[in-house]
Amino acid sequence: MEKQKTSSLRLSRMHIPSHIIMIVWCLISLFPIFLLVSNSLKDRMNLFRDPFGLPLSPTLDNYTYVMSDSNFFRYFANSIVVVVGSLTMILLLGSLAAYALAHWKAKVARITYYFFIIGMMLPIKIATIRLLELMKIMRLLNTLWSLLLVYIAMGLPIAIFVLTEFIRNLPADLYEAAYIDGAKRFKIYHSIVLPLIKPALATVAIYNLVPIWNDLWFPLIFITREEVKTVLLAVTKLQGQYATDWPKVFALLTMSALPVLILYLSMSKQFVAGLTAGAVKG
Amino acid sequence: MQKTKQPVLRGGGSINPGGRYWIWYLLPALVLYTLFMAYPMLDSIRISFYEGTTSARTYVGFQNYINLFTDEVYSKRFWNAFGNTWIFFAFHMLLQNVLGMLFAVILTNRTMKGRPFYQTITFLPVTIAVMVTGYLFKMLLNPQFGGYALKDMGLNFLVHPWLGDANTALSVVSLVSVWQWVGIPTMMFVAGLQGVSEDVLEAADIEGCNGWQTFRYIKLPIIMPVVGMIAILTFVNNFNAFDIVYTMTGPDGQPSYATDLIGTLFYRYGIAGEHPVGIPTPGIGAAISTSVFLMLLAGVIPTLRATQGKE
Repeated sequence: MEKQKTSSLRLSRMHIPSHIIMIVWCLISLFPIFLLVSNSLKDRMNLFRDPFGLPLSPTLDNYTYVMSDSNFFRYFANSIVVVVGSLTMILLLGSLAAYALAHWKAKVARITYYFFIIGMMLPIKIATIRLLELMKIMRLLNTLWSLLLVYIAMGLPIAIFVLTEFIRNLPADLYEAAYIDGAKRFKIYHSIVLPLIKPALATVAIYNLVPIWNDLWFPLIFITREEVKTVLLAVTKLQGQYATDWPKVFALLTMSALPVLILYLSMSKQFVAGLTAGAVKG
Repeated sequence: MQKTKQPVLRGGGSINPGGRYWIWYLLPALVLYTLFMAYPMLDSIRISFYEGTTSARTYVGFQNYINLFTDEVYSKRFWNAFGNTWIFFAFHMLLQNVLGMLFAVILTNRTMKGRPFYQTITFLPVTIAVMVTGYLFKMLLNPQFGGYALKDMGLNFLVHPWLGDANTALSVVSLVSVWQWVGIPTMMFVAGLQGVSEDVLEAADIEGCNGWQTFRYIKLPIIMPVVGMIAILTFVNNFNAFDIVYTMTGPDGQPSYATDLIGTLFYRYGIAGEHPVGIPTPGIGAAISTSVFLMLLAGVIPTLRATQGKE
């Protein structure tokens, strides 16, 4: 009797149905990505002959062809400039504002805080028509500035939300002592607050990184000139160009997804925490 | 919305709480946010009462809304896209979020092995650009891609122009989107369920609760606020979905507007211009975005009230 109970407990501890469900879902998740990569390594004949199999004689020709596009590295450089530039500004301006909002106890500060936070709930796409006109008036269409400015504005609410909470919860004696000693406000920000909020800064950076790198909407609307196109915008054009040559499209898509994918696989914990941050706490 | 848990050191620990000088720390963020987000958002509402573009704008009152909701040409497209978006939303609520909850319950089972691996894989598609997903599936679903191979395997029923058939296109686009985003509700539910105390679960086990009862009466009430958040997030994202349709079935939501969503309709009317004329009508576009805005408010506020408990 006792033995029977422990063996049934052991059986239930193995969670067989749970494993089956998760394995099936993982296969569903991975199969399209497997097809994406494996078919980018085949030539056209092999793709149509055996679309679901492994590439038996893998070739990098599709990649070299895609990279031979004269602007290819330009697109990547543009995307990197936009991502790095906007993330830096979001973190800098966001942390400065959060530092102020965490300490300033005036009514104005509270109102400003809520003014920022509302922005987390409202998708910036709603503003597109006016933004397009604004960029036209400021002569920023077809420049990376148009994207940078919009992404910074879009990233600030979550940055301020996460960072203000974080700074408010820092142990106060840490900087009270420095303040009493006569350290200046900026010195406290720079040498005490910034080092302490690093984990929160990482969360905010990741939260914004993925949507900015993956954004198609604003490049599509603001950018038409080749030299300032981002990777994703270029892909929409190139996939039409190679339309009939599928292995090249697969290679192109693989390359544009690769940077974020590698980042994710090397720090998946931070990614999950970052990408679900606004939602769990908000 | 936020927890009102009062940290011990809070309040007393502020440096110079009354200082006006703080404004200089606030200003750069405030200016950028106001100029490039808050102002254009609010001003879109104003534009919805005007006709024409920046240079020549005339006030037309509610005419854009009247056109959008009742005019023969505009309203036909609008109500079509509106209905499609609700179907798209239903797929995400009923499939994506239910799957997410199921996976989260499995993945918070402390005695189960291999959870980190499953989590990493389930979340992986979230990091891929919607555009990449869209183009990828557009090819994979094309009968030219796997048609012969599938026939050889005797899987003839899978060979079908899924995206070309108006009866299946919207469902297929929705399913692809669900495939991509399941990781988000999964991880949010995982975070919520980790707050359920082990003691309570053990007590339930001793009392003889089965898995379903434990879920229904213990876990679900605890994660209700998360359910509300996910519902809101899904709602907001779905009424802004654009990339997936743009890449899989084009900006017109082909075939014959079967996959046209509010997001693509907004793009055509407000920004790119409707085929075949190709001249955008910002007023109509702004009326669409304002309607969405009001709908989001109308949907979001009651959901927050119902699920977030008392402030």
